[in-house]
Amino acid sequence: MEISLAAEKIGQIGALPVTNSMLLSWVSSALLIVLAYFSTAKLAQIPKGIQNFFEMVVEFLFNTVNDVLEDEDATKKYLPFLATIFIFIIVNNWMGLLPGVGTIGIYELKEGHEILVPLFRSGNADLNTTLALAIVTIITVQVLGVSALGTFKYAKKFFNFKGPIDFFVGILELMSEFSKIISFSFRLFGNIFAGEILLMVIAFLLPFIAPIPFFFLEIFVGFIQALVFTMLALVFIKGAITEAH
Amino acid sequence: METTTGISVEMVQAIAAAATIAIGAIAPAIAIGMIGSKGVESIGRNPEAAGKVQTLAILAIAFAEAIAIYALVIALIIKFV
Repeated sequence: MEISLAAEKIGQIGALPVTNSMLLSWVSSALLIVLAYFSTAKLAQIPKGIQNFFEMVVEFLFNTVNDVLEDEDATKKYLPFLATIFIFIIVNNWMGLLPGVGTIGIYELKEGHEILVPLFRSGNADLNTTLALAIVTIITVQVLGVSALGTFKYAKKFFNFKGPIDFFVGILELMSEFSKIISFSFRLFGNIFAGEILLMVIAFLLPFIAPIPFFFLEIFVGFIQALVFTMLALVFIKGAITEAH
Repeated sequence: METTTGISVEMVQAIAAAATIAIGAIAPAIAIGMIGSKGVESIGRNPEAAGKVQTLAILAIAFAEAIAIYALVIALIIKFV
């Protein structure tokens, strides 16, 4: 049973190494693009079929975001970004539970013994993916804050010269922006990677019947982690666009 | 590398990984329990604010759980890298 913390490289495009979790991210992105095309191909006033399903998803996200922001125009402005984060993370997490992920692979010789390099691995079980999502989210929060308040007002939140204590608090806020990147990426990576290891260990010990409750747990964890990432990004956006008191 | 008493690197790695996650999960577990209990109590006292309380509670639980996840990632790094 081989467990690798880093996603294994399975190919190369030019000078860019392609890992197995990158491959599954591409598959889920392609799936989302195809579904998006078909659900908006013939928009009907009374939705049915795929359009109905996605309207349900958008309505759920709209209500969730609206409950926190309490302003419909702001919600409409920030919903596309937050909905993308949510749908991308949840589809990546759930596609990592399909049969074949982690089991279909190539036998490679590494350090003397032959190990199986899986062809697919959950998209968020790679620290690169979650780090990319975290960096994009935090940069977006800064950009949205600047666009809502203006550069000087937004910079005054971090560089506050009203007094020594306020200055210190401002610097602390700046450092906490960086720590948010770390916590975002590690929370998502740790949850999904640990879930993969858990499923592998349980399948190794008791391959039949016993993994079923753990698969339910992983479905739940995948949904919750997507929701938590989105809600945290939402709360940070709300904090960035409100004026400092 | 073996010392004279015969303790190998793998033994220390295993013990370190186990201790990291065991100790690192105590505080987040207590924290999540406290957040949950306070959240439930405040919803019971004021059912109208249930939406806001629920949002805050889920956020706080996610932050607390992240600490346990940090400990888990360190344990995995110790064991497998």
